[in-house]
Amino acid sequence: MTETRADVVVIGAGHNGLVCASYLARSGRRVLVLETNAQPGGAAATREFAEGFKVSSGAHFLTQLNPAVAKELALESHGLVPAARNLRTVALTLDGEPVVLDGARVQGVSPVDQSAYRSFFEQNKRFAKVLDGFFNRPLPRLVERGWRDSLSLMQLGWSLKRLGKEDMQDLLRVGLVNIYDVANEHFESPLLKAAVSMDGVLGSHMGPRSPNTVYGYLYRHLGDYYGMTGPTLVRGGMGTVGAAFAAAAQSAGVEVRCNTAAAEIVVEGGRAVGVTLTNGDVVRASTVISNVDPKSTFQSLVGYPHLDAGFARRVENFRTRGVAAKLHLALDGLPAFENLDGDCIGDRLFIAPSMDDIETAFNHAKYGEFSPEPVMEISIPTVHDPSLAPEGKHVLSAIVQFAPYRLKQGWESGRAVFLEAVLDQLDRYAPGIKQQVIAAELSSPADLEKEFGMAGGHWHHGELSLDQALMMRPMPGAHQYSTPLPGLYLCGAGAHPGGGVMGVAGRNAARVVMREENAA
Amino acid sequence: MNSVIPREIAQKRLLETPFAPRVKAACEVNDWYMWAGYTTPNSYEDVGLEYFAARNGTGVFDLSPMTKYRISGPDTEAYLNRLMVRDIRKIGEGRVGYTVWCDDEGMVHDDGTLFHLGKNDWRLCAQERCMDWLWCSALGFDVNIEDETADVAALAVQGPTSCATLRKMGFEGLQDLKPFGLARFPFGDGNNGGEVLVSRTGYTGDLGYELWLEPRHALDLWDALFAAGREYMIRPMGSKALGIARIEAGFIMAWEDFVPAEQVVRHGRGRSPFELGLDWLVDFDKGQFTGRTALLEEKKRGSRYRFVRLDVEGNKPATHSFILNARGKTVGHVTSAAWCPTAKSNIALASLQMPWGRDTDDLFAEIYYTRELHWTRVLAPCKVMHGPAFDPPRRRATPAANY
Amino acid sequence: MKKYDAIVIGAGHNGLCNAAYLAKAGLDVLVLERNPYIGGATVSRELHEGWTYSNCSYVCSLLRPEITRDLELPRHGLQVIPYQGGVTFTRDGDYFGNFGDHERQYREMARHSVRDANAYERFSSDVMRQTRLIRKYLMTTPPDPTSLKPRDLKGLLGLAQSFTDMGEQGLLDTLRFWTMSIGDYLDEYFETDVIKAHMSGSGIIGTALGVYSPGTAYVLLHHYMGDVDGSIGAWGFARGGMGAVADALASSLQSFGGEIRCDADVHRVIVKEGRATGVALADGTEYYADTVVSNLDPKRTFLECFDESDLPKSVVHRARNFKIRGSSGKVNIALDGLPTFSALPKDSPLMMSDMHCIDSLERLERAYDDWKAGRWSADPYIDMLIPTQVDPTMTAPGKHMMTVFVQYCPPALADGPWTPEKRDAFGKVVIDQIAEHSPDFKDLILHAEIRTPNEIDNEVGLTEGNIFQGELTFDQLLFNRPFPGYAQYRGPVQGMYMCGSGTHPGGGVMAAPGANAAREILADLQRPSVVPEGYLDD
Repeated sequence: MTETRADVVVIGAGHNGLVCASYLARSGRRVLVLETNAQPGGAAATREFAEGFKVSSGAHFLTQLNPAVAKELALESHGLVPAARNLRTVALTLDGEPVVLDGARVQGVSPVDQSAYRSFFEQNKRFAKVLDGFFNRPLPRLVERGWRDSLSLMQLGWSLKRLGKEDMQDLLRVGLVNIYDVANEHFESPLLKAAVSMDGVLGSHMGPRSPNTVYGYLYRHLGDYYGMTGPTLVRGGMGTVGAAFAAAAQSAGVEVRCNTAAAEIVVEGGRAVGVTLTNGDVVRASTVISNVDPKSTFQSLVGYPHLDAGFARRVENFRTRGVAAKLHLALDGLPAFENLDGDCIGDRLFIAPSMDDIETAFNHAKYGEFSPEPVMEISIPTVHDPSLAPEGKHVLSAIVQFAPYRLKQGWESGRAVFLEAVLDQLDRYAPGIKQQVIAAELSSPADLEKEFGMAGGHWHHGELSLDQALMMRPMPGAHQYSTPLPGLYLCGAGAHPGGGVMGVAGRNAARVVMREENAA
Repeated sequence: MNSVIPREIAQKRLLETPFAPRVKAACEVNDWYMWAGYTTPNSYEDVGLEYFAARNGTGVFDLSPMTKYRISGPDTEAYLNRLMVRDIRKIGEGRVGYTVWCDDEGMVHDDGTLFHLGKNDWRLCAQERCMDWLWCSALGFDVNIEDETADVAALAVQGPTSCATLRKMGFEGLQDLKPFGLARFPFGDGNNGGEVLVSRTGYTGDLGYELWLEPRHALDLWDALFAAGREYMIRPMGSKALGIARIEAGFIMAWEDFVPAEQVVRHGRGRSPFELGLDWLVDFDKGQFTGRTALLEEKKRGSRYRFVRLDVEGNKPATHSFILNARGKTVGHVTSAAWCPTAKSNIALASLQMPWGRDTDDLFAEIYYTRELHWTRVLAPCKVMHGPAFDPPRRRATPAANY
Repeated sequence: MKKYDAIVIGAGHNGLCNAAYLAKAGLDVLVLERNPYIGGATVSRELHEGWTYSNCSYVCSLLRPEITRDLELPRHGLQVIPYQGGVTFTRDGDYFGNFGDHERQYREMARHSVRDANAYERFSSDVMRQTRLIRKYLMTTPPDPTSLKPRDLKGLLGLAQSFTDMGEQGLLDTLRFWTMSIGDYLDEYFETDVIKAHMSGSGIIGTALGVYSPGTAYVLLHHYMGDVDGSIGAWGFARGGMGAVADALASSLQSFGGEIRCDADVHRVIVKEGRATGVALADGTEYYADTVVSNLDPKRTFLECFDESDLPKSVVHRARNFKIRGSSGKVNIALDGLPTFSALPKDSPLMMSDMHCIDSLERLERAYDDWKAGRWSADPYIDMLIPTQVDPTMTAPGKHMMTVFVQYCPPALADGPWTPEKRDAFGKVVIDQIAEHSPDFKDLILHAEIRTPNEIDNEVGLTEGNIFQGELTFDQLLFNRPFPGYAQYRGPVQGMYMCGSGTHPGGGVMAAPGANAAREILADLQRPSVVPEGYLDD
């Protein structure tokens, strides 16, 4: 058993952990990052899932990477190279023309819808700007607030007022409603509505009719405000992103230790003072930051006995039921989708024929069943980045919904059945794709939980519904990145603002740590 | 933990304690109230006689409706220490401890007595149900918590002759039991034999014991007790008499002197242990317990209230009175009050607002009373007392004498 | 034609309440009602000889006590008799009952789960905290957050203060409560299916959302925030049926000199030079007044009673997008005797309470799935009561009337328009579900009135048959009800006001919207207010 000392120890080398570590290291602190897996990056990972075939095994696009974080950490110089930028979103269809979304432009719909979509897009961009202001800071305390909280509150209030009366009224309304109604209010084309609502429900335990789904949509479209008109595909898969964050961290002086699993957080005198590793080694540090999801952090790493009982109950009540499965196919050739132009094949493809189909698919998840006709977001990265597969072969990566974390029949027996349903659905849209499959892998939320250590296999580390968002995130008592345990902070997707490769949670957390350490 | 209670019990309008046949027979004035669903007497015959039985002879109070939880399992000690504000490791096996427990904000949920029955085997007795909080606190601990309220019959046997009565009944050696000690005595015989657990505890502030047993022995015990006590001025007592005795002894009571934290609807109406005068219970050195952070903060920042025992001039009980200072400002209110016949004092328990509660030189209780439809308002001067109004040496003397 | 000071369109309880206050303030008021009877959805009607039905709303709790006292409704004949509890029958032949007595409630819960019984006290105080917060705002006009007027700023500060008073954690808990689903909320307290199913009903009644839809926890409050005789959350029967409420309001209105005209179908609000000047009936009759108040829902008001050209574009747009979804129906049944329910012990007081037959959240959510697909629920949520056990005036002794509220039922079916056959098939589902728990029920039925959202829309005039005149989701509450910028009862045309349940604080037989609207109208007319503010509710 050895004992290491550091100023700060970060548990988990997910991108937020690395971002947080980088900022703290730049401030002159000695920072050590512990990672269970062999590679840093967390769910920004590339993995060979079949011989010669590599895939982004967690997230597969960059959609909302915060430009300030990217710039400050010089990610591009650390190896983050896009294979394709501003991908279009294509809603596939079995009859007629697919709907193609490209920034404010949309093809395959009536002129009325085209102009409706443009104004919808522009308004959401204005909303995204406000949201960006909310995301780029620790949200203020509302009652027990200090001058900093009051100032922050005024700035946020001002950003809302600045929207103007009409927009502000709209935002106060749509922030709470469902994407189903909003899409119906704006558009005629069922396919367009479906495409819009997919962005409201991806990764969430929600159907288009669930209130709060507009929030999900806005969240996903934060990138619009950053000037990206669509997702970015990264060369070498998302593992490159993880590696770039790690490289940035290392260049800032952070030590990243992989294959090093934290067993528990050491608590002495009511403070977090370090981390015990599974091999018995101890790392001591005055500040412990967890990039692990809040539920696992408090339940397993800290342990409820070190916390107040009421807070433990809040942690238990934090909802983490993932519903998104990940499909990876090694393909013999490029699949041919019905009615799809060859030049769109490398874009972001949706199989979601209508909002009602998405809703029906979701219905099953409520009762612990997978969707017999799932909806999905598909990427064929090899179109832009042939390095991921042997020559002439392709990789298909898809986020498939809905697959409840707790499947009634159990994932052991359910996985193969669901994979069959997923392939059937794909085969309807890309006839013959089944024959092209060389290898197929389906990761259920339970598998994702194991692979990335995320409770419930939820890529936001916990449902991103309004009651678990903003200043309620992850739970009262642990918002603002600090926790009831002095010396322990959260910096991951479970903290405000949530999941997706943004880097904001890590950056905000670093800011809070520095502020509190300076105050102490 | 998904336990249920039987339909027959659930569907009864009122529950009866195992002593019900005797209690009913003894309750001559038919003055009943409901305590946790059980029919319980306010008084049996005459509140004064009942009160003096507990101060002069032996008063017997049926406390079977008291909630009783059995806590066991490998993590029991760690669990209880995280639950309670005091260091329960200091309650040895075979001992009982008074304790309170708090929510995250450091507000008192309830108070009760904790019985250390054996290794990893404890019993918690409290006036109010608190299972929800006990379970919540059990997250992360390997403990088993059972509600044994209906499985344990209980009698409080209180007063100067209580030891003599119990010895006469056959509990020889009881006199050597120290305050807050536990002892077991066989009771009944043959196949029907059992055991009575005796704790030297009570709610009267006098020499006294509490008896815990299986319900099937309840009636036999009652009969044996009253037979033995005949020469020792034994008498059953209702809650009114007990209420006077507890105010005299300066004990607090849930819903009177504080509102259980989880039942508080209006933010800020809870009370911390410091605000109930229970500073001596709080142990910051023992490690984590729920409310520790908040209570440390309170210690640093100062409390909002101060809890005091007041000696009020005159003989009109200051029930529900406001407390005013010399300048006529309302600085607090009385939570419980009674004329206490043994101490011959007019006692009030009161909650004073800080910072005014610090200066207690000139306090007045605003008392309203009526005589033949004529209402009078008096401002009765009060003195803050140090210690309870009644605290006789016999309460602690060991061996206990036959007073 | 005589010119009135004010015309109120629709003699629902809010229209009558509004008119009564205007008349009380000395205005010359006319209420116009399309039907031959008053009351709107607050009505008692003899639809089977010898049986009076409360055929829309059926129980009373939310009616603001300030109004009851102020308009002297008891003197005008209103008597509200409280009742307690509720029961849910389970598929296995058992039931879960809700009792007024605290300990009995505890034990009944503990019969299903000791854990849930213990959690119930925490649940009750947590919900009471939310209820207390919202009750303060029932008898007030919501402030406009986009406005900088002193009055709005003051209102917003007041709102902020009430939040601040809850403490940091209390405030966050409130925000969580408002945004959560009732299903998720209950999961934080209870483990037993039937208990959760029983408690969740209040979160979805009248709402086109499922128990797992975010926002439904708040709807719960709309069934908890009333009171009878100061007992918060209690419900009661209006003696003589719910029509007694409307009759008392009408009588009070008439005592102040107000007029009511039935069979007067308002066709259009007359607008001249941007001002409302009166109304025109379908038969061409015109009535004039400087103040025109609509008790109709926002869609009927703006999309049917106005020329589109008289309205700002944004209002038409917002009226179109206003969510008003029919989700419920009603079955009113005349019974030859008191039915027995196999699960209940003889003479159980639960017979007099709200009775339900759905025993799990999954069944409730599936009932909603049917609605989403444009079908009535094959296994619906019902809330049934037999008020004739308490009220001797509604039918002959020994005979009974049962009122059954049914959810979900869509206003438009996926497989084509409603027909009488489909309506009866819907009724049959309900009757079959009840008969599952009551063997003699079917034999006792003498007459049944089956009302789908289609009937409620056509007969009562509630768009899509929505009982709250608009969904009670947070995007349509407080300063957003009915639309942002128009939540202070003033319409987009000068002299035109709204006073229905489509305005703050929303639906239920509360009469607060009517009273609040009257207060605003009197302020605009620079008359002293005769409308009470809320009671000091400590």
